[in-house]
Amino acid sequence: MIELIAQNPFIASLVALVGLGVVFGALLGFAAVKFKTEGDPIADQVEALLPQTQCGQCGYPGCRPYAQAIADGDDINKCPPGGEATIAALADLLGVEAKPLDAVEESVPSVAYIREDECIGCTKCIQACPVDAILGSAKHMHTVIASECTGCDLCVEPCPVDCIEMRPIETSLQTWAWDKPKPPEDLIASDRSGASA
Amino acid sequence: MSQLIRKVWDIHGGIHPAENKQQSLQSPIQAAGIPPQLILPLAQHIGAPASPIISVGDRVLKGQMIAEAKGFVSASVHAPTSGTVSAIESRLIPHPSGMSGACIVIDTDGQDEWLKHSGVEDFRSLSKMELIDRVRQAGIAGMGGAGFPSAVKLSTRDDKPIETLILNGTECEPYITADDILMRERAAEIIAGAEILRHLIKPSKETLIGVEDNKPEGIAALQKAAEGTGIEIVPFPTKYPSGGEKQLIQILTGKEVPAGGLPADIGIVCQNIGTATAIYRAICFGEPLISRITTITGEACSQPRNYEVLLGTPVQFLLDQSGFKKDDCIRLVMGGPMMGYTLQDTAVPIVKTSNCVLAPSVAELPPPPPAQACIRCGMCAEACPVSLLPQQMYWFARAQEHEKLEDHQLFDCIECGACSYVCPSNIPLVQYYRASKAEIRQAQQDKIKAERSKERFEARTARLEQEEAEKEAKRAARLQAAKDKAAAAVSNPDSSKTDLIQAAIERSKAKKADAADPAHDAIARAQAKRDGKVEEETPAAKTERLQLLIASAERRLTSAREKLALAKEQGGESVEAFATAVIKTEDKLIALQKELAEHQASSTSAPADTDAADPAQAAIARAMAKRAGASADESDEDKTQRLQNLVATTEKRLAAAQQKQSIAQEQNDANVAAFATGVEKTQSKLDNAKQELAEHLAQISTKAITTEAASAEQASSDDPVQAAIERAKAARAAQTDMSEDDKLKQSIASLENRIARTQEKLSAAQESGDDKAEILADSIAKLQDKLASAKQQLG
Repeated sequence: MIELIAQNPFIASLVALVGLGVVFGALLGFAAVKFKTEGDPIADQVEALLPQTQCGQCGYPGCRPYAQAIADGDDINKCPPGGEATIAALADLLGVEAKPLDAVEESVPSVAYIREDECIGCTKCIQACPVDAILGSAKHMHTVIASECTGCDLCVEPCPVDCIEMRPIETSLQTWAWDKPKPPEDLIASDRSGASA
Repeated sequence: MSQLIRKVWDIHGGIHPAENKQQSLQSPIQAAGIPPQLILPLAQHIGAPASPIISVGDRVLKGQMIAEAKGFVSASVHAPTSGTVSAIESRLIPHPSGMSGACIVIDTDGQDEWLKHSGVEDFRSLSKMELIDRVRQAGIAGMGGAGFPSAVKLSTRDDKPIETLILNGTECEPYITADDILMRERAAEIIAGAEILRHLIKPSKETLIGVEDNKPEGIAALQKAAEGTGIEIVPFPTKYPSGGEKQLIQILTGKEVPAGGLPADIGIVCQNIGTATAIYRAICFGEPLISRITTITGEACSQPRNYEVLLGTPVQFLLDQSGFKKDDCIRLVMGGPMMGYTLQDTAVPIVKTSNCVLAPSVAELPPPPPAQACIRCGMCAEACPVSLLPQQMYWFARAQEHEKLEDHQLFDCIECGACSYVCPSNIPLVQYYRASKAEIRQAQQDKIKAERSKERFEARTARLEQEEAEKEAKRAARLQAAKDKAAAAVSNPDSSKTDLIQAAIERSKAKKADAADPAHDAIARAQAKRDGKVEEETPAAKTERLQLLIASAERRLTSAREKLALAKEQGGESVEAFATAVIKTEDKLIALQKELAEHQASSTSAPADTDAADPAQAAIARAMAKRAGASADESDEDKTQRLQNLVATTEKRLAAAQQKQSIAQEQNDANVAAFATGVEKTQSKLDNAKQELAEHLAQISTKAITTEAASAEQASSDDPVQAAIERAKAARAAQTDMSEDDKLKQSIASLENRIARTQEKLSAAQESGDDKAEILADSIAKLQDKLASAKQQLG
């Protein structure tokens, strides 16, 4: 046997390599079937980073469809509610360049507010709300469940009497937090003296 | 004192800032007095805010509960003096945000009138639960700074036995002397409170009071008061921040509270000495927590000292008594210089956790110089009492790397400020950590909210899809229904008419049928036959169907014969065709009769069911038999069958012979004569057979008449008779669809037919001299009567 191999090194190595290839190919093939990944893990991870506002400002009907679109190669800078933080997180996850947001970032988180005296009970806002955060029925006053409102402002447009407005969420004693100090310019003393340019 | 020098441990890091405690210790505790107005925030503790139980305008007495604890982690609020509730509204509260919160405002009346109250003489007589309830009712919250409701802290669980009870008299922060002066002046109260706590918690090992060694007078007072109680006073080297709960536990016991855990997890409960005093007063005197000792100090105050202050007293009221010079004060700090926060307004009240108001001069507490770049000197890490890496966390905080911050145990940071204190670049490190903690908490909340939004969105999407699917299903069902209707209309034009018309037709048909059930049945049967409907038959149904077929075949045979005879008379060309038809019909008839016989043989019991013993039916059958005189009886089935078969075959042969004869006649064959003889012979044979059959049947029918009961059943299942009935029924059914004239014509035709047949039979009977001849003659007469009347009607 050893002699045979020694005499035909080329054929022997060929057989060995092909044999290895077949064995590992079979193993990989089996693993691919046995440990098949259900769903789209990339889309799931992307969705976890999106703010779930369901506002549709990205052009997709909700966060999940946009997550799917990102997984399929769409731009990551279409989510105004998420802002730069979300873009940075997505860029980090997907290993792509972070792009500036393609819209004006929303300044403050807000919730919809229905001026109840003016509400005519048309239910149009209820149909528009993507998270069922508006309560009411036909010809009865509607109101926003503020804790469930994502601030997507999709209900503002359909209102025929313009009685819905977006109000910034006020800071309460419970939600108040210390401000982060403005980072120093990180200059050392010699920099400050004007030596640098 | 079993141990004069007890072993103490050291904590990592720590700093030694200027103590500045002497200023406020120069004079004893002074009662601050009753301010004109008290402002009592509903949230003076950690947990849910209390909920007011009085309304505006109510007069309240000192010690009266004005807001009750709401929920488990909460504390009630009591009126610190008598007066009138002037408002329940939002007021500025002592909070780093400088924001307002719900407060009860009491306009004091100066009478300081107590609500009737009493304590317990011997707290040992009360159970643990009763004592904790009293503490809870007294609204006591931790007075060291955090304000955690004491009743909650004391509700130790049985599965976590407590080894050590520690009272915290450390007061490590500069300037603050509230606990120091309490120890000096009210050591007995502290020890009494410690006894109650010891009774409550029942530490299995020891009860310690930890005091820094910069308070020798306080230590001495406590040791004097604690003599003989077994409560140990443990002095230890001064270092900031030894007064933190976890740090003190580490110093006194050498044990570290696990990250994210509670002291109870390692068998330790820690209470502030101020809290112990409050508990003592609550248990032994029934006094709720309505006042505390607060230090007013700083260079901007000419008379720094400690006050016994009613909760809710505005800071301004205290500053006024302390010779506060506003212009000298750079900023007003609530708490100490290390961990305190700046007060925006002097109108804020003193609350349960306010241990100090610091009014420093510019020189005392200069504004922090501008922060410079971190030079990674590592001094902060050396100073950190929790052994964290402050500079790393600083970078992560700046880069918003929340995960790494959590990995570096940001949430173990006690925000003591030691790192900021030692930082040569003056970086406000603690502020970064506070902000980052808030950011992380916010991110967690956002995540929870996002998850909930997602759930709601998905639920809504699913609901909409379901609604859509339901609508689609309904639409499809409607479409299908419309299609079915259209298809039905195409395949059956009659039914394209509305149901009403259909119903009207049915009604009119029913009327025409004179509500005669047999006729109706016949229609149904005829329709069924027309539709070619072949249903799975019961034996009885099969019998009936076969009988029906036989009846119709017989009828057709008769008419075919008549036609044949007519054609022969007139010498028409269609004689041959008629003859063939007759033969075919005969064949069919025979086949049917055979089938019937077989069927009946195979299901002997079945036929009886059909028209079981209907007397009327039987009567009809008898009459028929009598009239026809040629009915067979089942009782002698074989013979009847044989005779019938014989008749049938003879008839067939006769027909064939007649056919041959007619063909021969047409062709003027020489064999005509021979054929004629054959026909004659066959005819005579047929006659004989028929006669024999008739005789046999007559015999049976006679028998039937005599034995009525027996014959009823027999007759009902007697197939030829049945067939006759069916014939009648069929005839009647056929009549229903005809006009009156047609009906009459048909009945006339059939009457003539019947007369002809009966006459034939009569002649045969007369030939053989049968006694049936009489009956037959009688029936002929009857038939002729009927015929005459029918003709008259028609005419």
